[in-house]
Amino acid sequence: MADSTPQAMPQEAAPISEPPPAAEPLKTSTDSGNGAVKFASRKVCVYYGEKQALFDVDLDVLKNKVTALIGPSGCGKSTYLRCLNRMNDTIPICRVTGEISLDGVDIHSKAVDVVHLRARVGMVFQKPNPFPKSIYDNIAYGPRIHGIASSKGELDDIVQSSLEKAGLLKEVHDRLQEPGTGLSGGQQQRLCIARAVAVEPEVILMDEPCSALDPIATARIEELIDELRENYTIVIVTHSMQQAARVSQRTGFFHLGELVEFGETEQIFTNPQDERTQGYITGRFG
Amino acid sequence: MQTAILAVTLAVLTIIGFYMGRSRSVSVAAGNLRRLHSLPGYYGYYVALWCGIPAFAVLATWLSLETTIVETLVIASLPETTQALPESRLNLLINDIRNLASGNIVSREVDPELQAAAERYQSLRQTGFLAAAAVTLSLAIAGLAWGRRLIGPGLKARNQVETVVRVFLIVSSTIAILTTIGIVLSLLFEAIRFFALVSPLEFLFGLKWSPQTALRADQVGSSGLFGAIPLFSGTLLISFIAMCVAGPAGLLSAVYMSEYAHPRMRAVAKPILEILAGIPTVVYGFFAALTVAPFFRNTGAGVGLEISSESALAAGVVMGIMIIPFVSSISDDVITAVPQAMREGSYGLGATRSETIRQVIIPAALPGIVGGFLLAMSRAIGETMIVVMAAGLAANLTVNPFEAVTTVTVQIVTLLIGDQEFDSAKTLAAFALGLMLFCVTLCLNVIALHVVNKYREQYE
Repeated sequence: MADSTPQAMPQEAAPISEPPPAAEPLKTSTDSGNGAVKFASRKVCVYYGEKQALFDVDLDVLKNKVTALIGPSGCGKSTYLRCLNRMNDTIPICRVTGEISLDGVDIHSKAVDVVHLRARVGMVFQKPNPFPKSIYDNIAYGPRIHGIASSKGELDDIVQSSLEKAGLLKEVHDRLQEPGTGLSGGQQQRLCIARAVAVEPEVILMDEPCSALDPIATARIEELIDELRENYTIVIVTHSMQQAARVSQRTGFFHLGELVEFGETEQIFTNPQDERTQGYITGRFG
Repeated sequence: MQTAILAVTLAVLTIIGFYMGRSRSVSVAAGNLRRLHSLPGYYGYYVALWCGIPAFAVLATWLSLETTIVETLVIASLPETTQALPESRLNLLINDIRNLASGNIVSREVDPELQAAAERYQSLRQTGFLAAAAVTLSLAIAGLAWGRRLIGPGLKARNQVETVVRVFLIVSSTIAILTTIGIVLSLLFEAIRFFALVSPLEFLFGLKWSPQTALRADQVGSSGLFGAIPLFSGTLLISFIAMCVAGPAGLLSAVYMSEYAHPRMRAVAKPILEILAGIPTVVYGFFAALTVAPFFRNTGAGVGLEISSESALAAGVVMGIMIIPFVSSISDDVITAVPQAMREGSYGLGATRSETIRQVIIPAALPGIVGGFLLAMSRAIGETMIVVMAAGLAANLTVNPFEAVTTVTVQIVTLLIGDQEFDSAKTLAAFALGLMLFCVTLCLNVIALHVVNKYREQYE
């Protein structure tokens, strides 16, 4: 999927078909009943060329909650995540249908600029990918391109506070001008989180953020996710069910491109309604 | 002809050796190949090597020494008065003897003495060849028998064959290195002879280039001035103009190809761009001289600028077009090599495509791009044909691109065209220029390779 991403970006966004008229109207609240809906998706399908990768996904992401997406490899959870900030637009052969709305506004509508959308919906990737720049410039990159800081002092403050939020400040405060690529893997990933936070997004998408990290670095990131939840809405894709159970409030289980089950994390892990979910979390397949 | 037959015979013997060795090893193994140390093929190669290497070595030695030995013997048989002739006359005589022996035209009257010498030359060569043939053939057969005799289950044929193969590989790679050293040395020795005639200071810092020297003492002619500065300034001026064209055009086309172009567009446009690199420089030369230069001159006349019909501008621009593919294909490679994760990281922060290219991709690829620029630059400095045709021969010391200038390579060409006497500073100056040029491009290449290597470490 993401690995086969070609270099070129299509000139226009992937074409979006009109949602079927029979689709449910978008609701502001769902069965869980607590908290406002940040992202609502209805009948989201994704095609890579001829191949359909996601089938009619209906999923609501709640504000200031951590939503975990689990499932076996190739089940479409990363593909779904990349729909939320229209990252799939960068893949020429990828086509998304259905409706995804952020705070009630369709992210595929003409009124939404993809650049603004991505500023509101930050992303942290599977492999830490700091730019080959200094630690400072890595974090200042987003604020600079969006003109967030009006002075050098303000930019310094943003860099400091972002590093603080990502729990990295103590380790790097005296070497902000050193290259970000020189940090350890876990530090690089926290740098990437700080970089995402610096743009002041509302939502942070995390695509298996700990898969390349050792257990100690993983524990730090998980702590961090819990702290960030206060101010941000987080969607995390993970291979580790323990991680999903530890950090998330709501969990969705994907299998073969379908959202099999979605609900409170506790309920998914203790009392799954679907046989496939039960099979996966008890380790019978996947 | 005889030699070719001998070589073919040896080759056939070698091939026979291979099959003999292989079948011998199979029969030694008596049906169980696991008993052998190596696969049967290695025993074949083993015998073939024993058969071929000594024989071919002797043949090669004979071929390289044949002429010297035979000629020495022929001279020794000539009368003492002839032997006492100066070396140049003696060489002429030897030439005649050789021509007479092979039935070519002879430059003098054929007297009995010459006739006898020619016959002697012929018979010596024949005897020599027969001796060589006998020695090589018996060596080949002896090697064949010896190698075959050595074959046994315990013989480590594979290891020995691989040792020989390794020696061959080392020899092949040494050839390239030795050739480079040879070229440098030949340049160096002639340049030293030049610097004995003209002081290095005058050559390096002189401002006038006028290599014509009087041939005879009473001739009216210039004394020859060998200041290389106008040549190097001309070279730099033209290279600079070329880089001004190729740098932006190459880099921007690389950015378009790697970041914006639709894959189908890229598949068509990239090969077309690279065709530019395949056009012979002579073709660029007359394109420059017949199309671009008149165009510039006329355009210049239209706006009131005086552009000479052989201008640095025309040569530089065409050379720039020629090296666009160097810049663009190396830049394209390094831009494509920037990990996709960098682009996604940047897009994920809400950066536009042009922001991503300017602030993330180009900086990440910069060392590689610089390396590409330097390689293109050294190509531009060494380019000859375009400049010969379009920039002229006048060694003007100027930075005005509208005037005619000349370059180091052009002067080397004009100095060495035709028959030249190798004791005049005029001819030897070409070697000094060549040496300087070699040093400059070598430095550029070393810097470029260093920069490119440094870039490689970044993502690994």
